[in-house]
Formats: sequence, C-alpha cells, structure tokens
Amino acid sequence: MAQLLNGESIQSIDGKARIFVCMGGGCVSSGAEEILKLLTQKIRRLETAVELEILGEQVNFDSDSAHPSGCDGFCDQGPLIRIDPPGLIYTRVTPEDVDQIVEMTVKQGQVIEELCYHDPEGKVYELDEELPFYCNQKKLALASCGRINPESFSDYRRLGGYQALEKVLTEMSPEDVWREIRVSGLRGRGGAGFPTGLKWKHCYEQQADQKYIIANCDEGDPGAFMDRNLMEGDPYRIIEGMIIGAYATGASQGYVYIRIEYPLAIKRVKKTIAKLREKGYLGKNILDSGFAFDLSIRRGAGAFVCGEETALIHSVEGRRGMPRPRPPYPTVSGLWGKPTVINNVETFANIPTIISRGADWFASIGPKTSPGTKVFALAGDVVNTGLVEIPMGITLKEVVEEIGGGVAGGKKLKAVQTGGPAGGCIPAEELDIKIDFDSLAVKGSIMGSGGMIVLDEDTCMVDLAKYFIQFSRDESCGKCTPCREGNTRLLEILERITRGAGKENDIYLLRRLAEVQQQTSLCGLGKSAPNPVLSTLDYFEDEYKKHIFDRECPAGACRYLVTYEIDEEACIGCGACKRVCPVDCISGASRKPHLIDQETCIKCGQCYEVCNFAAVRR
Amino acid sequence: MNRDYSLSSEIVQSLQDFSEKNRPESYLIPALQMVQESYGFLSREHLDEVALLLRVPYAKVTGVASFYHFFNFKPSGENEIVICTGTACHVRGAGAVLDRFLEELQVKLEQPTEDGRFSVTDARCVGACAQAPVVIIGEKVYSKVTPDDVPEILSEYGFEADS
Ligand SMILES: Cc1cc2nc3c(=O)[nH]c(=O)nc-3n(C[C@H](O)[C@H](O)[C@H](O)COP(=O)(O)O)c2cc1C
Ligand code: SF4
Ligand code: SF4
Ligand code: SF4
Ligand code: FES
Repeated sequence: MAQLLNGESIQSIDGKARIFVCMGGGCVSSGAEEILKLLTQKIRRLETAVELEILGEQVNFDSDSAHPSGCDGFCDQGPLIRIDPPGLIYTRVTPEDVDQIVEMTVKQGQVIEELCYHDPEGKVYELDEELPFYCNQKKLALASCGRINPESFSDYRRLGGYQALEKVLTEMSPEDVWREIRVSGLRGRGGAGFPTGLKWKHCYEQQADQKYIIANCDEGDPGAFMDRNLMEGDPYRIIEGMIIGAYATGASQGYVYIRIEYPLAIKRVKKTIAKLREKGYLGKNILDSGFAFDLSIRRGAGAFVCGEETALIHSVEGRRGMPRPRPPYPTVSGLWGKPTVINNVETFANIPTIISRGADWFASIGPKTSPGTKVFALAGDVVNTGLVEIPMGITLKEVVEEIGGGVAGGKKLKAVQTGGPAGGCIPAEELDIKIDFDSLAVKGSIMGSGGMIVLDEDTCMVDLAKYFIQFSRDESCGKCTPCREGNTRLLEILERITRGAGKENDIYLLRRLAEVQQQTSLCGLGKSAPNPVLSTLDYFEDEYKKHIFDRECPAGACRYLVTYEIDEEACIGCGACKRVCPVDCISGASRKPHLIDQETCIKCGQCYEVCNFAAVRR
Repeated sequence: MNRDYSLSSEIVQSLQDFSEKNRPESYLIPALQMVQESYGFLSREHLDEVALLLRVPYAKVTGVASFYHFFNFKPSGENEIVICTGTACHVRGAGAVLDRFLEELQVKLEQPTEDGRFSVTDARCVGACAQAPVVIIGEKVYSKVTPDDVPEILSEYGFEADS
C-alpha cells in the first residue's frame, strides 16, 4: 500500500486517477492558479465517472479528480499538470489548454502531444518514467511532492502516511528507533552531515525533565529551495518524521523554525499541526500510546546565521541570533538549557521511509558512508531548473547533463557551485566527481544543504567569490573578530580586483586571510565563508591574475573592466545609444558613426543593451 | 493599566496574552513580527509599547529588533519592489534589473519615491531560484525578469516615466 512513501513508482491505489496541477512557487508564478480554477470547474461538471485507458493503463476519473499539488520539481516547464496514474506529464500548460485536456485526455484517454515535453531534438516524452529529467532521479524525501494534495491528511494517509509512526508507537521502543536510524547510516541533510541516529542517541541518553526537538527550516543559503518545497509540498511527512524523532529522543515539545519569507510553508504547517491535533497524532496521548508531544511554529526574522543551531536556539528564546561555542552541544544543553535535537527538514523527510522500508534497504542506496538520496535545487545557467532528488554516488555530470539537460542557451559549462556561501566551485573538467559528502569535500566544495548553481562561460569567478563574501559579510553576526573583520577585508580586496585596482600580492593576501579566518572563527558561518574564495582561487587563479595584471575580466562581467566601444562599420548612427547614455558621453552626427568618450563613460552598459545593430562592443 | 496605546487593541491584547505565558521574553520576536506586519515598520513608540507590554527592557527590544533584517524602522513605499539577489538571480542578471528599477524610479535602494508610492529593496534568496531573476511586488511574483521588462512591470502599478 505504501508505494509512494517508499519512493517506488506510483500505482493506482484506489483505482482512481488524479489530475494534479502543480501549485509550487514556479508554476504559480507562470500562471497555475488560473489553470487549477478552470480545470476544477470543468472536472466538477463530470456527471458520471469515466473509465478508460491511458497509455495502456486502466484508470478512471470522476468529478473529484482535479487537485492542487506541491512542486513537482520540473519548474522550468511549468505550469505543470500530472495525471497519476499513469504519470502523464503536461508542460507549459495555458488556461486555453484546459478544455482540450478535459475533452481529449480525461474523456477519451488521448494524450495531447503538443503538451508533452519535447526535448531539444524534438523527441516527445509522455510519461515521467521516460522523461530524462525524472527517470534519472530517485525520490524518497520528495516521493509524494507533486503527487498528493499537500493540505489533505487523507491524501497522505492514502499513500501510506503515518504507518511508520503507528509502527513506531506500537512495535518499537525509543532505543529501537534511534538504533534503526543509526543502522540506516542517514546523515543530516542540513549541511554538516552528522549521523542522525547518533544525534538522537545522545539526546535520548540525557536525563532531563524536558527535552525539545526542532525542525530547521531556516534555509538561508542563497540558491536553495529544497526545504521550502518539502514544507509546502508534503508537510505531513516532515511532521511525521518529527514525531518519530520526538519519540526516539524523549522530547515532548517541538518547534518548527521557518523563514518568514516562506509564507505558504508557514500556512501549510499551521494547518497540518491543527489537523494532526484533531486526529490525535499530536497531543497528550498520541494514538492512545501514552506518548505526549506537541508542536509550535516559530518564524525566522531574516538572519541567515539563525540557521546555525545555537543561533537558532537563541532566536527561539527571543534573543539576538548569535551563535555560541560548542560544546556543549544542543543535545546536552539546548533550548533553555535542556537537551535539544535539531534536524534539517529533509532529514526528517527521510525518517518515515527508513522506518517503513528498514534501515538495511536505505543503507544499500549509494555509497556506504553517505547512503540515501539528496535533494538539490538546480538553478543558474541550466536548461531544466528545478528541484531534483538523486541517489548519492551519481556524478555531477549526470545531474547537469541528463537531469538538468545541459547548459542553457548553447553556452559552455564553466563550473558548478554547490554549498552556497559555505561551499565551492567544481570546474567543468572535474564533473565526473561523485556526489556524496566526502567526494565533494576532497575537491574543495561541500555537499551543503543542496543548492546547485550551474555556471556558464559568462560567469566571472572573481565576481562570484565577491558575491558570496558580500553575502557572508552582510550576514555575519559580528560576534567574533575573524569573521567580522575577515569578511570585510576579503571583500575589500575582491572589490578592488574587480574594479581593476588589484595589487600584485592580492592573491597571496586573499589566501592568507582566508586561512586564518577558517581556523579562528567561532561558528560555521565564519569558518566556511572563505571557501568560495579559496575554491575559485584553486581552479581559476588565472582569472584572478587577468583581473589584477591585465585589468581584464575574461567573462565580461566586471563592469569596471569592460570597455564599451562603437564599431564604426556596424554603427548606422541612429542615435539610440546617445539618448540613453546617462552621462552624455556619446557623440556623433545623425547617420554617422558614433563615438564613446572613454574618460567620461561610467560603463553602465546601456548603450550596449539598446543598440539594435550590435555596434556597441565590449 | 489604563494607558492609551498607539498599537491596535488586537495587538495589545495579543501582547498581553504573551506576557502571561511561560517565558514571555521568548515571544518578543513573534510580537515584533506582528507589529512589523501590521504597520510596515517599527516606530520608536511601538517598540516602547512592546517593551512595556511584554515587560522586557527597551534596550533588549531594540537590540533584538536591530539584529534581524526583517524589521525596519522607517516606512517603505506603498508598493515595495523586492528584487531577489540570491545566487541564481545574481548569476542570471538580478543586478541589472535592480539598477533599472532604481533608474526608472530615480531613487536609491530602500528610499521611497517622493510621492511615497514605490520603494526598491533587495532581498535574500526567496527560494524561487528556478525562475531567476525574480521580482516580487506585494503578492505577485515576476519570473525571469530582464531590465527591459521593468517599465512594463512598473506601468502595472500606474507608474509612467517622465520622458
Ligand atoms: C551559518 C549557518 C547556517 C545554517 N543554516 C542551516 C539551515 O538553513 N538549515 C539547516 O537545516 N541547517 C543549517 N545549518 C546547520 C545547522 O547548524 C545544523 O547543523 C543542522 O540544522 C542540523 O541538522 P541535520 O543534522 O539534520 O543536518 C547552518 C549552519 C551554519 C553554520
Ligand atoms: S563566525 Fe561570524 S557569524 Fe559565526 S559567531 Fe563569529 S561573527 Fe558570528
Ligand atoms: S545605437 Fe548602435 S547603431 Fe545607433 S548610434 Fe549607437 S552604436 Fe550606432
Ligand atoms: S556604457 Fe553607459 S556611460 Fe558608457 S557610453 Fe555606454 S551608455 Fe554611456
Ligand atoms: S513549481 Fe511546479 S514543478 Fe516546481
């Protein structure tokens, strides 16, 4: 019964097919709400149930077949419609397509080819299991994201939800639970990769009158939206994982700490908690087992450092979110000095599946030291931006090329950035590297929480390092000097390099500063902030040198190092550039080639943008 | 306790409820969030009342409020234009989009236009990286925005450039 929970392909469970309109952030911004509204109206009017065959699968529809879902992952192709079973995917659906979908597909079982995904060669894919974007993934944490109505308890339940919790409460002792998780080898998905079972054991072993469990959904890494989509798309699963964790560790009160920038996730979790209380899955005596546990929500207030566990605890306590030295670890002394387990949202999402399918099954996926799967937010210069979940141990190349469909716009791949401001870049030549905690670290990056940004040849690596250092400088809490001062100094140096004022020994200075900061900062933010600088220096030192010694930005991204010139041959003298130039430094008579006065030019690039004749060169 | 509060009576009520709970100081951030969400910013007066109602020292209230980016102490424009500057948006050109907004509106970052109708602010990653670059105005999310889209977006809110 529990196919979905276990990450197997979906089969019809109650004989009914469901038409899911993705209501994830991506699809909503491309117009999904209107589509859901129209489709629901049409489907409600189905008077009799329709039974037919789609792509060889016997399915039936009735007036209740249209549902919203959370993000299905294939955001770039949104608005997305999924008909499950058979797993038919319609992409870039418009409101005008809704009639046709109902008339042809729902009423006659016909697949509308134009709405199916076409790859760049024009090949048509109907089913998710054939589509390269989906078939190379392995969905455990995301197993039901996009395939259930996230606000429906019964929908999650229908697919096996809360069976794991019931098993835990009726057949397992707390020790059994954390042992099972230990044996599974699950490592925390929030970045550091600490073994979850061991963390739970540590908390379990503490004697205390009160213990806490916290789900970390602060997700501040720029370039990451895994936890957001999990929370929005499948909140019942996360909470199930949390209740199991509370049982295993002895926590009686839990907090879900969510970024305030995620209003939909907050709303969903609120509803989920209310529903679960009503159903007896939260409260004083959960499912008559005698186990008591309840949950509250705390909203973040926009401070990246609060994702760090000790800072997060301070924030829940109502204080400034500054980290403190560890030990003591939160499992010993956490919220209000009580033993506290903090886990990432995706970590919790894996728990029900491990309990249902067993630790050995989970441990058999991927490399021994990093078993399971990892969700990544694939973004940047890649064709298929979206949310993907891959078995650990496949290569970065497989992710970028097969799932991601390669670099967008026919450009050349330059590097892949993982781990956000704490991570690094893997250059195109190293793309055969396997994705797991240890392999990425060897190459100077980190798994991180799951941001994966594909960078094409137009990306300037010095600019990228500067971007991340700027982020870390802005987000540093300022408590310790190496991080507060270090980031400021690093930024100063990077800024002068990108302005064309780099000094001869700047590369040495950057390395030296970065190393000191890594070694002496108090928390993970300061310790890892220099990683983007070091990793770009390791792989792209020549690019730094070009900026410093030749005053050139090979990627053409650093504004001050670009020169705008008008090509006399191509310029027709239309005057468009002259009109937009904010400093009036372009001269030329009408219909005569124009000229830029380099002394005055502030390199704003507007002339370049506006010229219709490609006469402005940079 | 017959003091006149400038905070709305609902908020005063909620703050009083907070103050009766176990560990009232742990409700300081939720309290500030409530005020910020109702009024768009935290005035000195409001901060003072929060301190009084939760029985937390004023210095602690301002200390906490100033730590978190979510809080601001000045009103923003009626239409706040939020430009995501997360990594994906950055590599896909959010900087140029931001510049274009500032230029069209002739304002600086976080400074409302003279008529108070618009302000431009940059945000940390909003978690919509697949649609980068992203601009958010109110509830509306604009995806894959280019600088050339800017005048059209602004015109939706009744803004016309002078020239
Ligand atoms: C600056 C900083 C930011 C962090 N942000 C997050 C975050 O947004 N989400 C998260 O789960 N962990 C974050 N972490 C890691 C947490 O401190 C902690 O290790 C994690 O929540 C533990 O959960 P896990 O074992 O399930 O990974 C951050 C750490 C640092 C140093
Ligand atoms: S390393 Fe940075 S963020 Fe962490 S405690 Fe020190 S100053 Fe604060
Ligand atoms: S816009 Fe292009 S073609 Fe027109 S005057 Fe300028 S450079 Fe020449
Ligand atoms: S880059 Fe800007 S300042 Fe320079 S010539 Fe072009 S429009 Fe004028
Ligand atoms: S938002 Fe619809 S697929 Fe991601």
